[in-house]
Amino acid sequence: MLTKRIIPCLDVTQGRVVKGTSFAELRDAGDPAELAAFYYAEGADELVFLDIGATPEGRNTTVDIVERVSRQVFIPLAVGGGLRSIDDMRRMLEAGADKVTVNTAAVLTPELIKEGAHKFGSQCIVVAIDARRSGNSSEAKWQVCTHGGRRPTGIDVLSWARRAVDLGAGELLLTSWDADGHRAGYDLELTRAISEALVVPVIASGGAGNLEHLYQALVIGKADAVLAASIFHYRTYSIRQAKAYLAERGIPVRTEQ
Amino acid sequence: MIAVVDYGAGNLGSVANAVAKLGYEPNVTNRPDDLLNAAAIILPGVGAAGHAMDSLERLGMADVIRRLIHEKRPLFAVCVGLQILLSSTEEGGWHRCLDAIPGTVRRLPQGLKIPHVGWNQVRQRVRHPVFEGVPDQANFYFVHSYYADPDDTLAVAGTTDYGLSMCSVIIRDNLVATQFHPEKSGNWGLRMYHNFLKMSLGGGN
Repeated sequence: MLTKRIIPCLDVTQGRVVKGTSFAELRDAGDPAELAAFYYAEGADELVFLDIGATPEGRNTTVDIVERVSRQVFIPLAVGGGLRSIDDMRRMLEAGADKVTVNTAAVLTPELIKEGAHKFGSQCIVVAIDARRSGNSSEAKWQVCTHGGRRPTGIDVLSWARRAVDLGAGELLLTSWDADGHRAGYDLELTRAISEALVVPVIASGGAGNLEHLYQALVIGKADAVLAASIFHYRTYSIRQAKAYLAERGIPVRTEQ
Repeated sequence: MIAVVDYGAGNLGSVANAVAKLGYEPNVTNRPDDLLNAAAIILPGVGAAGHAMDSLERLGMADVIRRLIHEKRPLFAVCVGLQILLSSTEEGGWHRCLDAIPGTVRRLPQGLKIPHVGWNQVRQRVRHPVFEGVPDQANFYFVHSYYADPDDTLAVAGTTDYGLSMCSVIIRDNLVATQFHPEKSGNWGLRMYHNFLKMSLGGGN
């Protein structure tokens, strides 16, 4: 039986892992390569690196980090943040990434998804969607935000997710802007709406504060994988604890290593 | 020399890193001569099978690989590398493949998430040195939308459940092939490469 994945997310800027609240107020959380090795040893199922600075210099740093990590860590690595072109994607894949995540650039140029899937295969292309709840009930329930969540686009999340999959996205990384960093749980309604509507796996992100939240995202949200940052970075819980908790509640997880 | 076949697909780096981690020197190559001289060959694979076949044909490596398999030389094929060992694939219409293992590559059944992404268990159907130290039902990392359906079920050395019981490992003579990615499957994946290389080079390391 396919197991549910537990994925620590490393938001990287200026060579350090950081974490904030609703994409702001960043706190230092450690060295990316050290954290990656630690999570690998602990049984993480995959790692996501996001260059949240998304500057050209930041991208060089990320390439270095991915190169170092991929020599020691033998689980899938997804890398994103500021990737704007096929060449940006290729650089990350050549550095040792298995998947690239695209967000703003894909919204601005959806053909990037298609071209990436054609060149590298759909399994490489993770479309990251930052979703923000609309206050106005006459609008779509969630709208896509770009530029690290700062810019609401008015695009309906569900229709964008469908389009991304049609264009060749192999997975969706769905982050709730409203929930991110608040540790009050994932946006379960959002996660479930997208997971049920689409055939590709959905990684739930944004809002994990305890292990019950992971369980809820997998069971109520029907996510295929859960991504979390601060609960792991600040050692509130270990990956091992998270998996033991889920396994006890009947969720299939990889516990042996 | 351990040859890692480079036909323009991705994830060569991951395979080479795993080989290096085990203390061997990988030679990432697209030269048919290097394959003929290699002690062991790893045929990685991501992307579309038809594309992989076209690239191997263009580089003059398809015939070399067929010949090496016929000569029972050690070869480890991964993911799309496994799929192109079969006679043909349904992916992208229909493509002729290497035909080293008679059978067809088919689309995963509808009703479950596609691609099949994540860690899933492998049930070992045979005892073989490549499984040494790897527990039955250990988890490996998969990412694919098509699966191999060999005509000869004796070639199926491991199976995995995902909507159906599918072939996830093929072993025949010195040919080993996995639908999952050993280079992305933590310790058990590295162990399988280690076993294969030890088996191929006839010594410890």
